[in-house]
Amino acid sequence: MEDKLIIKGIEFKSRLWVGTGKYKDFEETKKAIEASGADVVTVAVRRVNIIDRKSENLFDYIDPKKYKILPNTAGCYNVEDALRYSRLAREAGISDMIKLEVIGDEKTLFPDVIGLLKATEILAKEGFLVFPYTNDDPIIAKKLVDAGAVAVMPLAAPIGSGLGIRNPYNIRIILETVKAPVIVDAGVGTASDVAVAMELGCDAVLLNTAIAGAKDPIAMAEAMKHAVIAGRLAYKAGRIPKKLYAAASSPIEGML
Amino acid sequence: MRLIINGEDLEVSKAETLQELLGELCVKPERVAVEVNLSIIKKSDYDSCRLKDGDRIEIVNFVGGGM
Repeated sequence: MEDKLIIKGIEFKSRLWVGTGKYKDFEETKKAIEASGADVVTVAVRRVNIIDRKSENLFDYIDPKKYKILPNTAGCYNVEDALRYSRLAREAGISDMIKLEVIGDEKTLFPDVIGLLKATEILAKEGFLVFPYTNDDPIIAKKLVDAGAVAVMPLAAPIGSGLGIRNPYNIRIILETVKAPVIVDAGVGTASDVAVAMELGCDAVLLNTAIAGAKDPIAMAEAMKHAVIAGRLAYKAGRIPKKLYAAASSPIEGML
Repeated sequence: MRLIINGEDLEVSKAETLQELLGELCVKPERVAVEVNLSIIKKSDYDSCRLKDGDRIEIVNFVGGGM
């Protein structure tokens, strides 16, 4: 049976979504993303370098016809800026999707969920496909979906921290309470963190630093690709319950 | 004409419209978005968007980024 992720009629080929920041150069970005098997890549909206027009563009390496482009509002600390960046991103003409970030604090990069909720409501009404980066708070996650978000993206841990899923129980509650895809976004460090997210039943994982910051980003990208597949399969297969005591897997019958 | 483009104070000799400005700056319009004095200009309006002295223009595109 096919197990495809479909959001608002858009079919996603992979449940691993990746960012394009922090790589050594565009060549490495391209190779790592290819190795990851991702078909969604996030990008940031920034000023064009008008002084040096020879500088290369990300899209010379990442073909927007081949990948689904998910622009973000990274670096926005209030609703007005998040709206401004979102509208500019859409006007650039590649995508109606927006990974909405309203950041609350420089040190933790935790979301300002009050601002996030306001911005989600406004952008959803304007026809954006809003993917809000949010806390692992089930109540806020539900409110974001009620406000028109097409999915929710709770953090595993602070952006770039590599701590993995700090509160798997909250992620489980979000999965039960929210009637929209749940995509873990930010904070995973290695393949096992990704597998845990998928085993919990999350629909996808978005990461950047865990690949870009690895000693060998291309090998880590491949590891992440397998982790997502393995975690998803394990979720669908249904794990055994955890028990305190042993249960032998060889028969007693026939013993001497 | 003096324009503030992406925060830089620049003297523009020929361009009178946004379309001409992008041409003068060698910026391909396909993958950028442009604001003039905080209003987003639709791509179809670049040609009719006339610029005036002191306009604040922002030209953005996509760069590598995650979150």
